[in-house]
Amino acid sequence: MTDDELAELIKSTLTGVAPDIEGEEFDPDETFREQFEIDSMDFLNFVIALHKATGVEIPEADYPQLQTLSGAIAYMKSHGKGD
Amino acid sequence: MSASTLTMTYRDAVREALREAMQRDERVFLMGEDVGRYGGAYACSKGLLEEFGEDRIRDTPLSESGFTGAGIGAALGGMRPIVEVMTVNFALLALDQIVNNAATIRHMSGGQFSVPVVIRMATGAGRQLAAQHSHSLENWFAHVPGIRVVAPATVADARGMLWTAIEDPDPVIIFEHATLYNEVGEVPGEGNTEVDIDRAAIRREGGDATIITYSGSLQKSLDAAEALSGEGIDCEVIDLRTLRPLDDATIIASVAKTHRAVIVDEGWRSGSLAGEISARITEQAFYDLDAPVARVCSAEVPIPYPRHLEMAATPQVETVVAAVKGVMRR
Amino acid sequence: MPALGADMDWGIVIEWLKQPGDVLSRGDIVAVVETQKGAIEIEVFEDGVLEEIKVEPGRKVPVGEVLALIRGAGEAAAEPDVVPPPPEEPKPVTAPVTTAAPAIPVQEGLRISPAARREAERRGIDPAAVAAGPDGIIGLREIESAAPAPPRAAGPKGLDLDEMRKAIAAAMARSKREIPHYYVSRTIDVSLLMDWLATENARRPVEARLLYAAPLLKAAARALTKSPQLNGRFEEGVFRPSGAVHIGAATAIRGGGLIAPAIHDADTLGLDQLMDKLRDLVARVRGGRLRSSEMMDPTVTLSNLGEDTADAMYPVIYPPQVAIIGCGAIVERPWVVDGKVVPRNLMTVSVAGDHRVSDGRMAAQFLNRFDRLLQTPEAL
Repeated sequence: MTDDELAELIKSTLTGVAPDIEGEEFDPDETFREQFEIDSMDFLNFVIALHKATGVEIPEADYPQLQTLSGAIAYMKSHGKGD
Repeated sequence: MSASTLTMTYRDAVREALREAMQRDERVFLMGEDVGRYGGAYACSKGLLEEFGEDRIRDTPLSESGFTGAGIGAALGGMRPIVEVMTVNFALLALDQIVNNAATIRHMSGGQFSVPVVIRMATGAGRQLAAQHSHSLENWFAHVPGIRVVAPATVADARGMLWTAIEDPDPVIIFEHATLYNEVGEVPGEGNTEVDIDRAAIRREGGDATIITYSGSLQKSLDAAEALSGEGIDCEVIDLRTLRPLDDATIIASVAKTHRAVIVDEGWRSGSLAGEISARITEQAFYDLDAPVARVCSAEVPIPYPRHLEMAATPQVETVVAAVKGVMRR
Repeated sequence: MPALGADMDWGIVIEWLKQPGDVLSRGDIVAVVETQKGAIEIEVFEDGVLEEIKVEPGRKVPVGEVLALIRGAGEAAAEPDVVPPPPEEPKPVTAPVTTAAPAIPVQEGLRISPAARREAERRGIDPAAVAAGPDGIIGLREIESAAPAPPRAAGPKGLDLDEMRKAIAAAMARSKREIPHYYVSRTIDVSLLMDWLATENARRPVEARLLYAAPLLKAAARALTKSPQLNGRFEEGVFRPSGAVHIGAATAIRGGGLIAPAIHDADTLGLDQLMDKLRDLVARVRGGRLRSSEMMDPTVTLSNLGEDTADAMYPVIYPPQVAIIGCGAIVERPWVVDGKVVPRNLMTVSVAGDHRVSDGRMAAQFLNRFDRLLQTPEAL
């Protein structure tokens, strides 16, 4: 997937978990918690949904890497989802 | 206290309003019993005869029907008369003129004629003047289409309502509660003193209960609200100011906010203005009410002469407090 | 001082025309008084002797004040206490006078005000289940104390946040007004818990992983079974401890709302079940689809909103509950273990209690138990 496609995937996955952020602008380097008040339950649901959508295993220790849009994109690429 | 206000009594405010009206419009004249040489039964026109002369300050014979009719005729003829009926008690003798002539002529003439008369009357109890001289019959006049009825309860309103009433092309009746003449208050020192005669005024804001009142009962209601605030009950006090037409919007907005209404009306309970207001609240704010609308009115007796009985028969601070506690279910 | 005009309030004596000792006949003029209407002569209406003048010329006195005493024929000299005092303010009748009305038939059925009925509907409360006030009426007051206001149940679009904030404001104001809060806190070493959780989650598929809120809720619920004074409802002046622990899980809503719906019988649920319930609740909170039982049933609340934010919380009890447990953020700090200073994961937990029902000792005992349970997470 291209970077743009990955970005869309991550955004739509997060929006699927927290529908009220639909239409919001994403700052790629700000954490989801800071931008949208995503809490630990939201984040866990996001990780579950991302796993379902991509098949990528995400151990708990890796959670900190997925806290921003750019971090999530980089993580996905490094786990075989990039072009 | 701002530098541009004047302090004066209600009586002085009425006199200043009369003086201003006479100065502003030469069609204005005052007529009534004892308004000229005596200076007015309540001294409201003291000095005006000397200032404006006999043509414009006219002592009338003791004949309410006659001179009220003459005033209506003068208004029809293009003047702007202020008819002073000494008290509402004597206005009963002029009721036919007011209800059957002043109120109907515009309608019956198909709009060809109007009657721009202002009729001022003292009203109310509280001075031990006994059964025939203590009536509060504002509701009888507020019942009649074709006239406006106002009740200035503050010095500023006494000063400012008269000119607005004079400018109205239709009859306006101004009720001055007899206990208010010595009250002291403030009026604007410069610029406009005119006030509207369309709207009620919120004299005190609050969230727990709305007290709706007018004229001589306003101060008692404010005193009751003050006493109740010491017990944690926060009252909103509405001064109706205009009795016909009633300012529904202000009343309903307040009751929608507080959910409880107490109406304080010096008329007798049966057939009172309070009953009319209560019906309107039921019609327009039923689903906002947390308790039935309460009324504090005069007892169903001719107003007594001895002071303690007169007080027992009319609304007092204590009975208003008790009524508010009733709707608060305290 | 007579009232010489309907609206006269005061007068000034200008001159006395008779002196003490003078014989008076009915109709004699005894004084001249100045009023707003000018100078007026005062007559007497009795025969007698002018005994004493009470008001000297020049003094302004109110209407009703005694000006002079007249001794009638045959009367003894006046004693001061024989003089009728100036009229006092009569005490008016306090009860409004009502006419005797024909007997009104007693109403059958619910006596509930329109505003209360509307409010009950808004909150999803059955008015028939609400206790009436002492006067037999269900008013706004009874509905408001029946349950803390739930959010307006809306469709998937979301919640009416304004209404929720108003309800929270009302509940919190009431809480601080009526409940005497006391606070007890304890800093708990949760290193063991967090290590256990990491190990557990590492071997679980992602959809089965636990948030640390789950063991917190479980441990709190189990500890509460031994602290009845912290678990129940205080209503109408009486505390009723609850046999079951229905723990309210405080959940924030984006945009500023806050709600704590109940996880029923939390002490009996396994951690996985608790986690599933928590996930489901949070989802429905965000979607505004809670059930009224979830809103009305909590017997206590746990708030873990301190995570990643504050070291300690000072939470406010949700009436009619009698306690609330607030967990602060888990932070790494120096701690002493076996005599040595080591870095550990610490969490400060505060309990707020209703001092009408419990005291600091009971809350401290709860915290002790809570701590011990968290040290054996595998047994939760």
